Amino acid sequence: MTTEKIERIEANIDQAPRQLLPQKPLRTGGYTAGLGLVELVAILLGLLYLVPFYYVIVNSFKSIAEIYTNTSALPNVWLASNYSEAWEAMNYGRVFLNSLLITAGANLLIVLFTSMAAWKLVRTKHWISTVIFFLFVAAMVIPFQSIMIPLVKVSSVLGLLNSHWGLMVMYLGFGSGISVFLYHGFMKSIPEEIEEAAIIDGCSTWGVFWRIVFPLLKPITVTIVILNSLWIWNDFLLPSLVLRDIELRTIPLATFYFFGQYTKQWDLALAGLVLGIVPLLVFFFGMQKHIIKGITSGSIK
Amino acid sequence: MTETPKRIKRRRNWKKPASFIAFVGPAILAFVAIVLIPFFNGIYYSFTDWNGVTGQLNMVGLDNYHRILFEDEQFRASFWITTKYTLVAVVLTNIVGFLLALLLTMNIKTRNILRTVFFMPNLIGGLILGIIWQVIYMKGFESIGALTGWSLFELPWLGDAQTAFWGIVIVAIWQGGGYVMVIYIAALQNVPTDLLEAAKIDGANRLKMLRHITLPMIMPSITICLFLTISWSFKVFDTNLSLTNGGPFKSTEMLALNIYTESFVNNNYGLGSAKAVIFFLVVAAITVTQVYLTKKREVEA
Repeated sequence: MTTEKIERIEANIDQAPRQLLPQKPLRTGGYTAGLGLVELVAILLGLLYLVPFYYVIVNSFKSIAEIYTNTSALPNVWLASNYSEAWEAMNYGRVFLNSLLITAGANLLIVLFTSMAAWKLVRTKHWISTVIFFLFVAAMVIPFQSIMIPLVKVSSVLGLLNSHWGLMVMYLGFGSGISVFLYHGFMKSIPEEIEEAAIIDGCSTWGVFWRIVFPLLKPITVTIVILNSLWIWNDFLLPSLVLRDIELRTIPLATFYFFGQYTKQWDLALAGLVLGIVPLLVFFFGMQKHIIKGITSGSIK
Repeated sequence: MTETPKRIKRRRNWKKPASFIAFVGPAILAFVAIVLIPFFNGIYYSFTDWNGVTGQLNMVGLDNYHRILFEDEQFRASFWITTKYTLVAVVLTNIVGFLLALLLTMNIKTRNILRTVFFMPNLIGGLILGIIWQVIYMKGFESIGALTGWSLFELPWLGDAQTAFWGIVIVAIWQGGGYVMVIYIAALQNVPTDLLEAAKIDGANRLKMLRHITLPMIMPSITICLFLTISWSFKVFDTNLSLTNGGPFKSTEMLALNIYTESFVNNNYGLGSAKAVIFFLVVAAITVTQVYLTKKREVEA
């Protein structure tokens, strides 16, 4: 009975977001001339939307002289050397690894600890659970700017300043509200009977969570990881307050300072800017479906 | 060795809170240290004259608040410009997002790829987007102006208070339009087709169908998108910093940037904290209204 129930739940979980992504036509009907006109307008709008990307990418391959004389057209001479120079000057390899490490580490901490917390909060029927859950949710209202001033002081007392490790812990603190909230909502759809059955079979609390509950949380875990990754990867203010050493900088920090420093050297600055965007685009085209799903399900909550 | 029932009971009593603490503890610890303690510290600092550098700090009562509300011209200007920006950006982002959603739920062939195109700017964080548009306003517009001769493009966009304001608004629409579009698309696809078909048979034209069927059906999504964009706009920081840095002459310095400058540039941590508290109250009021309205609609639906 229980396995059947799980299968049914899994089917529901899979189904719900898929309804949000229907790719089949809304109304069937022929492709008329009017529709062709609409399509043309839509394509033109799409191209207009891409214009900023076009300018940045095209000019990142030009020499500085050509950027001034020939801004809008394709380069006469394609220069890849802008990229190698910007790569060196930004210390891009290092910066990229920093961003990757921080995003991955923070995600790991968040998923690990907020799923555990949400599970116990749902399963423990006690007023303390209600109070803690309320605190997590209520704190989502607090904007970062209201915390940042004392945060620097508190985190220096705790020894979290100027280290990747400290930054990850801070992301756990800031990310816990929304993640606990999302896990909490999802957890309610998992029947308690399975867990009880496992305990009778001699499974420990720890084992019940990691072997039975956690795998069932996969759909919401994917959503949480995606929402948090986009936030953490793009975050500027927190790392700019926390990381002092140049070698620790993340991509947004490095791009910002690099651009400020090379503002008259557009050729290098633009190449650096493109280097800052590329990882996100790669991530997006790999995870497109999940990202759209995460946004629609996250916003409906 | 067999345990007496009493001992078992005592062991259970001890075991439950212990596992509760083990599961909930790590998340709570990070949350309290990173969010709660700094939050309450901030309220405390708002009653002091702390400058962040020296350890010395004196209680000054409500002086900071008095100064902000009655003497600080820049804070008042920032509050006003932020409110104005929020109004304009929210209305325009939602109109653009909704029109794009309407367009891309029609039966056109390039629908899926265009959805991706319009959504793409959203992945990139506000900081890098601000830099991209800085390039566009400074180099791209200049070049387009020279090519077309349109005076609109020949203005010094970031050098004038009026156009710099609209410069930030344009970036907000470019970034947020695709995000709300995704939510509106999901909503539009859930409008029952038979309802629309029936109205068509009864002789309703497209505009009437939109007004009397589609809009009422997607009302919950409109509420969500409105408040989502209100809270983004009101809290805007990254784009503001990297695009105009509040310039020219502080004319585009919005609230979050004003708090940042007061604290970390002017080193008035006490005054900055008081601004942060006021900022929190406004953001909290917006968010609470949002949740209240969303829940109310859910009950009605």
